[in-house]
Amino acid sequence: MIASNPLPHLNTASKHHQPTLYKPKAWAAILLVICFFAVLPVLNLSTPENHAWHVSNYTISLLGKFICFALAALALDLVWGYTGILSLGHGLFFALGGYAHGMYLMRAAKDSSDQLPDFMVFLSFDHYPWYWELTQYAAYAWFLVILVPGAVAFIFGYFAFRSRIKGVYFSIITQALTFAAMLLFFRNETGFGGNNGFTDFKYILGFDITASITRASLYWVSLAALLGALILGRAITQSKLGRVLTAIRDSEGRLRFLGYEPLGFKLFIWTLSAILCGVAGALYVPQVGIINPSEMSPENSIEMVIWVATGGRGSLIGPIVGAATVNGLKTWFTSAFPEYWLFALGFLFVLVTVLLPQGIVGLVQKLMKNFASKGVN
Amino acid sequence: MMRTWLKWLVMLTFSIPFQLAFAQVTVNPEITKGLTSFNSSAILASVEQLGQSGSPYAEEVLLAMASGQVKVNDQGQIFLEKLDGSFVNLTDGASVSNLPENVKKIRLNNRLRLAITNALAYSQFFSENDETRLLAVKALQTNIDIERLPLLIKARSQEVNADIALALDLSIASANLQSKDNQQRIKAIVNLGESGQGQFIQTLMPLLRKNDRGQFVEPLEIRQATEIALKKIEYQLTVESWLGNIFFGLSLGSILLLVALGLAITFGLMGVINMAHGELLMIGAYSTYVVQTLFKQWFPSAFDWYVIAALPVAFIVTALVGMVLERTVIRWLYGRPLETLLATWGVSLILMQLVRTIFGAQNVEVANPSWMSGGLHIMGSLVISYNRISIVLFALLVVLFVWIILQYTRLGLFVRAITQNRQMANCVGVPTGRIDMLTFGLGAGIAGLAGVALSQLGNVGPDLGRTYIIDSFMVVVLGGVGQLAGTVIAALGLGALNKFMEPFSGAVVAKITILMFIILFIQKRPQGIFAPKGRGVE
Repeated sequence: MIASNPLPHLNTASKHHQPTLYKPKAWAAILLVICFFAVLPVLNLSTPENHAWHVSNYTISLLGKFICFALAALALDLVWGYTGILSLGHGLFFALGGYAHGMYLMRAAKDSSDQLPDFMVFLSFDHYPWYWELTQYAAYAWFLVILVPGAVAFIFGYFAFRSRIKGVYFSIITQALTFAAMLLFFRNETGFGGNNGFTDFKYILGFDITASITRASLYWVSLAALLGALILGRAITQSKLGRVLTAIRDSEGRLRFLGYEPLGFKLFIWTLSAILCGVAGALYVPQVGIINPSEMSPENSIEMVIWVATGGRGSLIGPIVGAATVNGLKTWFTSAFPEYWLFALGFLFVLVTVLLPQGIVGLVQKLMKNFASKGVN
Repeated sequence: MMRTWLKWLVMLTFSIPFQLAFAQVTVNPEITKGLTSFNSSAILASVEQLGQSGSPYAEEVLLAMASGQVKVNDQGQIFLEKLDGSFVNLTDGASVSNLPENVKKIRLNNRLRLAITNALAYSQFFSENDETRLLAVKALQTNIDIERLPLLIKARSQEVNADIALALDLSIASANLQSKDNQQRIKAIVNLGESGQGQFIQTLMPLLRKNDRGQFVEPLEIRQATEIALKKIEYQLTVESWLGNIFFGLSLGSILLLVALGLAITFGLMGVINMAHGELLMIGAYSTYVVQTLFKQWFPSAFDWYVIAALPVAFIVTALVGMVLERTVIRWLYGRPLETLLATWGVSLILMQLVRTIFGAQNVEVANPSWMSGGLHIMGSLVISYNRISIVLFALLVVLFVWIILQYTRLGLFVRAITQNRQMANCVGVPTGRIDMLTFGLGAGIAGLAGVALSQLGNVGPDLGRTYIIDSFMVVVLGGVGQLAGTVIAALGLGALNKFMEPFSGAVVAKITILMFIILFIQKRPQGIFAPKGRGVE
C-alpha cells in the first residue's frame, strides 16, 4: 500500500508512542465498568423479583440493545472520527448483519429446515430462494453476518474511493445506498419478508430465545463483542496504520503528495467498520426479536451519527458514551413526553454540532484540563 | 381497458342518490316477471329487457339489483330495499315495512352482474347527460352483440355530440364484426383499425384464431384486413406511449427541478447540503394551505386565484425561515460541511415536529383551483392533466427567474463570485456574510415556491419533504455545482429515465436502478455533469 519508504517523521513518532494500548489506570477503569455491566444479568438471574438488588428483565434487554448500538457507534467512529469519512448509510450494514442472522433464526423457529416461514407461504414460494441456502446452520449464518456487510462495503467502497468521492458527496451517496436497499427490502419479491421483515423467533442454538438465561448470554456476548471491538479499535488507532488514517482525515491531498495511496487504507477501515456494524446488528436482532427494512431508513443511519457526535468522535470511548446517552434520553423522552422527543433530538443535533464539536468526552477533557491548570496555579 | 370503464361506470352510477325516486318506482310487470322466476336464464332475459325498456325506473331497479337490494317471492312480488332499511313493493309502488316471509334475495353471480352492467349501459344510452351517455357507449364498445345494432343505429341517429357519435360509430363497427356480409365486416375492421384504440385489439384478435385442426377460421381477406388494422392500432399505441412517457418524464423532471433548484443554489454557494431543504418544501406547501383557508374565509369569490397569491407568501415565509436558519446555525459551521449536514438534519426534525404540533399529524387538504382540474386530450387515450402542464410551465418560469437573478443582478454577480472563489471575492470587497444570508434565503424561497407546486399534486403532510429529499440530493449530485444547466439537465434526465423505465421494471426497481446508475455515474464524473474547472477545484 505504501508506495515509497515510510517517512522518517512517522518513524520517530512511533518511538514515542506507548507500547501498551492503554495506561494501567485506564485499563483498570475499563475493566471495572465492564465488570459492573457483566454482573447485572447475574443479579437478574439470581435474585427474586422483589429483592432490593434485583435488576429487571426490561433493564437487561434495554442495556443489551444499548450495547449493540454502542458497538455500531464505535464502528462508525472508526470511519468518521478517525478517517474523516462520514457515512450516512451505516444502518444498511447493521440491518444486513441483522438479516443474515435473522435468516438462521427464522429457520430455527421451524420444525424442519425445509419448512417455509409464513411470509413465504403467503407469497406462494414453494422452496427457499438460493440465497437462503444453508442458512439453517448457525455457523454459516454467522459467517454471512461477516461476509455480506463486508462484501457490500468493500465493493461500494472500492468504487467510491477509487474515484475519490469524498465529503458531502460521499455522505449523500451512502444515504442513497441505504435508501435504495430499503426500497429493495420492502418488496415482497426480494424474499426477506417485505414490510414485516423477520419476527417470531423461537430458538437460538436450541435454546429458548425468550428464556432469561438466553437473554443474559446474548447480553454477555454483546458486551464481549464491544470490549473486543474497543481493544481492536484501540490497537488500530494506536498503530502506524491509525496514524495514516488520521492523516487521511486531516489532509488527504497532502498524504497523497507524500507518496501514500489512501485507497487501501480507506477501504480497510471502511470494510472493517461495516463488519463490526453487521455484528452489532446480528447481536441486536435476537435481543429485540424483530428486523425489518425500516432499520435501513436514512433516519436510522443519521441517528447513529448523532450518537457518535454526542459522545465525541475521534475517541473510542466517546461513541459508547454517546450511544448510551442518546438512547437513554430517547427511552426516557418517548415514555415521558413522546411528542417532544423529535424536538429534543433536533436540538441535540444542532447544539452538539455548533457548541460541542468534540462531544461529551471532549467537554470532560476540557473541564479536567481547566481543573488541572487551576490546581497548578 | 374494458374493465376500467366498467369499474368507472359502476362507481359513477352508484354514486347517484337514487333513494328519493323509490317512492314511485313502478315498472311494466311483463318485463319484471322474469326476475321472480328463480330461473337464472329468465332473470338474465328480464334484466336485458329492463335495460332496453327505456323506462326511467329501470336504472334504479338495476342499480338496486347490482348492490343486492332486491328481494322477490314466488307470488311475483318484488321488493326494493331503501337506504333506511324499509322496502318498496315494485308492483304497486307502496312502502312496506314488514316483508312477507318467503322473500329471497336475487343471488348475484358473475354472469348476472355482467348482464346488469350491460343493461345499465343500455338504459344510459338514452340518458340526458352527455357524460353518462359517453361512458355507457364506451363500456359496451368491445363486447357488443350484433342484435343490438338497431339500438345503436337509433342512438347514433339521435346523437348530436361529436365525441359520442364517434364512439357510437366504433360500437356499430364492433357489432358489425359479427355481420354475415364479409364486405360489411371488412369495413368494420378498417374502421376499428383507424380508431387506433388499444381496447379493440381484444376484439380483433379472435378473427385470426385457428380451429382444432390448425386451420384459420376466417377467410383470407378478413385476416389480411385484421392484420393491417392491428398494426395500425399497435403503431398508434406506441406513439401514444412514447408521447405519454416523454410528457410524464418532463413533468416528473420539472418537479425534480423545482425541488432541487433551491438546494443546488445553496450547495453551490456553500458546499453544504441543506438537509432541512425538504422541510422548507413542506413549509411552502403549508403556506399554500393557510392562504387557501384565508381565501375560503374572506374572498370565496376569488378562490380560484388563491394559488397565485400563495406564491409570494410561500416565498417570503420560507425565505425568512431560511435566513434565520443561516444566521443562527449554518453561519457557525462554515468550513465544516459534514457538521452542517448534521445540524441541518436536526433543524429538519425540529421543523417537522413544529408543523405537526401546529397543524396536526394528519395530512391537510389543499384543493386544486378549477382552472387546474381536468385535462387536455391529446390523442387516443392520452390525456394530460392541466395541473401537470401548469407545473411544467411553472418550473420553466422559476428557472427563468433564478437565471435572471444570477445573471443580471448585483446579488447574482456576488453569488457567482463567491461560488467561484470565496476568499478572492471577500478580498475585493464582496460582503460574503450578507450575501450568504441572502442567497440562503433565495434558495429557501425557491423551495417554498416548489412547495406550492407540490401542494397541487399530492398530499400535504408533515412528511412531505422526506419524500422528495433524496431525489433532490441526487439531482444536485448528478448536476454538479454552481451551474444552473447541470441541475436542469440532471432533473429532466432523471425524470425521463424514471418514466421510461417504469413500464419495464416497476416503479421501485426503476428507482433502485436509477440510484445505482447515479452511484456508477459519479465514478466517471465525481463532480457531476458540469464539473467546475480550474485551480479553484480541490
